[in-house]
Amino acid sequence: MTISKSLKNILLIELLLPTFLLLIGVYHGLMQVIYRSGMIHSQKELHLDYYQGLTLHGVINAVVLTTFFAVAFGHACMSFFLGKEPGKKASWLSLWMMVAGTIMAAWAMLAGKASVLYTFYAPLKAHPLFYLGTLILVVGSWVAFFDWVVLYKRWCKENPGKPLPLAILGTLVNFTVWFVCTLAVGYEIIVLLLPWSMGYTTDINIPLSRMLFWFFGHALVYFWLLPAYVMFYTMLPKLAGGKLYSENAGRLSFFLFLILSIPVGVHHQFSEPAFTPSTKLFQSILTFGVALPSFITAFTLAASLEYAAWKRGARGLFGWMAKLPYLDKNNGLFGYLICGMILFIFGGLTGIINSSYTLNAMVHNTAWMPGHFHMTVAGPVFLAIIGMSMHIISSITGKEIKFKGLYTLTPYLWMFGILIFSFGLMWGGLIGEPRRTDLGMTYLNPDSPLFRSDWVKTTGMALFGGIIMTIAFIFYFTSIMGTILGKRVKERAIEFPVAEPLHNEKHIAIFHTFKPWLAIMAVVIVLAYTPAIANALKNTGRGAPPYNPDSAIPVTIKNELK
Amino acid sequence: MDKIELRVMKLTAGMLAIFLLALLYASYARNVGMPACVPYSGVFSKPHLQQIDSNTYEAFFVAKMWSFEPSDVYVPAGSDVDIYLTSSDVVHGFNISEKAVNLMAVPGAINKKTVHFEKAGIYKIVCHEYCGIGHHSMEGEIIVYDKTK
Repeated sequence: MTISKSLKNILLIELLLPTFLLLIGVYHGLMQVIYRSGMIHSQKELHLDYYQGLTLHGVINAVVLTTFFAVAFGHACMSFFLGKEPGKKASWLSLWMMVAGTIMAAWAMLAGKASVLYTFYAPLKAHPLFYLGTLILVVGSWVAFFDWVVLYKRWCKENPGKPLPLAILGTLVNFTVWFVCTLAVGYEIIVLLLPWSMGYTTDINIPLSRMLFWFFGHALVYFWLLPAYVMFYTMLPKLAGGKLYSENAGRLSFFLFLILSIPVGVHHQFSEPAFTPSTKLFQSILTFGVALPSFITAFTLAASLEYAAWKRGARGLFGWMAKLPYLDKNNGLFGYLICGMILFIFGGLTGIINSSYTLNAMVHNTAWMPGHFHMTVAGPVFLAIIGMSMHIISSITGKEIKFKGLYTLTPYLWMFGILIFSFGLMWGGLIGEPRRTDLGMTYLNPDSPLFRSDWVKTTGMALFGGIIMTIAFIFYFTSIMGTILGKRVKERAIEFPVAEPLHNEKHIAIFHTFKPWLAIMAVVIVLAYTPAIANALKNTGRGAPPYNPDSAIPVTIKNELK
Repeated sequence: MDKIELRVMKLTAGMLAIFLLALLYASYARNVGMPACVPYSGVFSKPHLQQIDSNTYEAFFVAKMWSFEPSDVYVPAGSDVDIYLTSSDVVHGFNISEKAVNLMAVPGAINKKTVHFEKAGIYKIVCHEYCGIGHHSMEGEIIVYDKTK
């Protein structure tokens, strides 16, 4: 379908700005494996130190890229599946807020005034503009969401009784989760961190700030993941040449994510004081619950892919796995989605290990963790984002994808790199290698008394995997630059491959209404978080003043301003 | 939803239930527990080691930028050590990988875990939470010595 010039420009900015920022994000990813492997023993290379680079890597790749993409993909889905373009004013306002927020946070990070990592754990203090920028970026994404709700309501009125397209259901569920979870981090920023970082308050409750962060922080991972799920359900079966095995399974999965994405955040805090074991156990159980929709999805998609392969002539019990369009140059997006799904098998299973609070003691905050989440956020999430960015850019500019060979090869090379990288990190984690640590300075420096020879092989593997990932990204970047610099050869339009359901499915009323699910969502959140908030308030003895990362003496803001 | 699909959902739920039972078994029957929740008190901010009886010790650790205090603790093999942990500045980590002791040191709150040290040896404590520019040098030791020697 055709697209207005205004929306085309919005989508281009929202997809290309993070693509360029990825140059910084990926560069710092590569630098980290180099620092960690002990190849260099320094705090700083090219004026950017390890922890500053780590902050840039996390914020750009995990917050800026994902938020911009989710908004752009949401706009595209609304236009395509509802046939309604988002409001011009709202979508531009949303874009400018997100850009302004990103610039503020980027300035603070690049100036070295916010080397607090993307989790910004207080009492390490960042420049107020870092917190404020992040907040404005988030609120910008809300503006787009509010506008979609208006479109959705209008669509319902015009199409009484018609089932809501699955892609729209997924998008609305995703942004509802996002809206609710960002309220907590919004509270953390506005009430706790901002006044404290500007010197208006002297100390804050640290366990409370961490709890608020993880209320947001774990739902955030579903906010990353659900756009990929939308593609898996509504597009992947078509790209494979088949149909969606069960649309109702998709609806059920999305609603389960709605109720279970948020009340699980304390599972990031199993090793922490202040929260009682029962608070932790309850959220550990809920975390098992949130694995359910992913298992449902795995089954439904495998069934859809099997059906597609049969249609292509596959035989036998496993024959279907070989008969899919893996390296079809004119169907590159398939490779991005399938590689993401394969990685997510490992990402999901390691996630269940982490959420088991007894096993968590073995792996919490070790290198195992980045090993795990690179198979989720740098697996299905990242691959779906870059593959789909290329698809949307090519279709809305009417340009043919350039360097199709590189584009098609990227996800396979990336998957190969991630598997090696994550294996190295997870192995290292099991033998005690900490995450978020400039290992090359001490633990991987043979001249240091802290040298650990058993971590040489594991960090070396991560380095090898990281180099492969970097090469894969260069392939992708070359291809997307070639594409945008190419000539227009077809009409500008938004086109998605749309998978039809395989069966004529029963209409199940509860899968077609938000209200009961929203009510359950509220109840579960209250049940899970009331004890957590009570714990944080009751078991915390004193608040903490702000610290800069380079000094053990607390900051007094007035002195700092002088 | 067809029959196979419902069967798969039930199987999945069953499998997750087994995982959960394994977790409960480990935590209640085998005592692989969470850190205990101790209310805050100023007592915990003085780093020291205290012997309770012949093989029980209490170690009060304070994590600070960028060291643990006490930085090395000596206990005989076969001891039970109650580790109490807090931070005097920012958030730190406290990981003894061989013993799966994995704690966070959070200012204003007290963490506790009891560990049994059967074998003699040097157990490294690694700070595994980013705590500023000196984070990568923040390490401590628990030295478990052989009483008979």
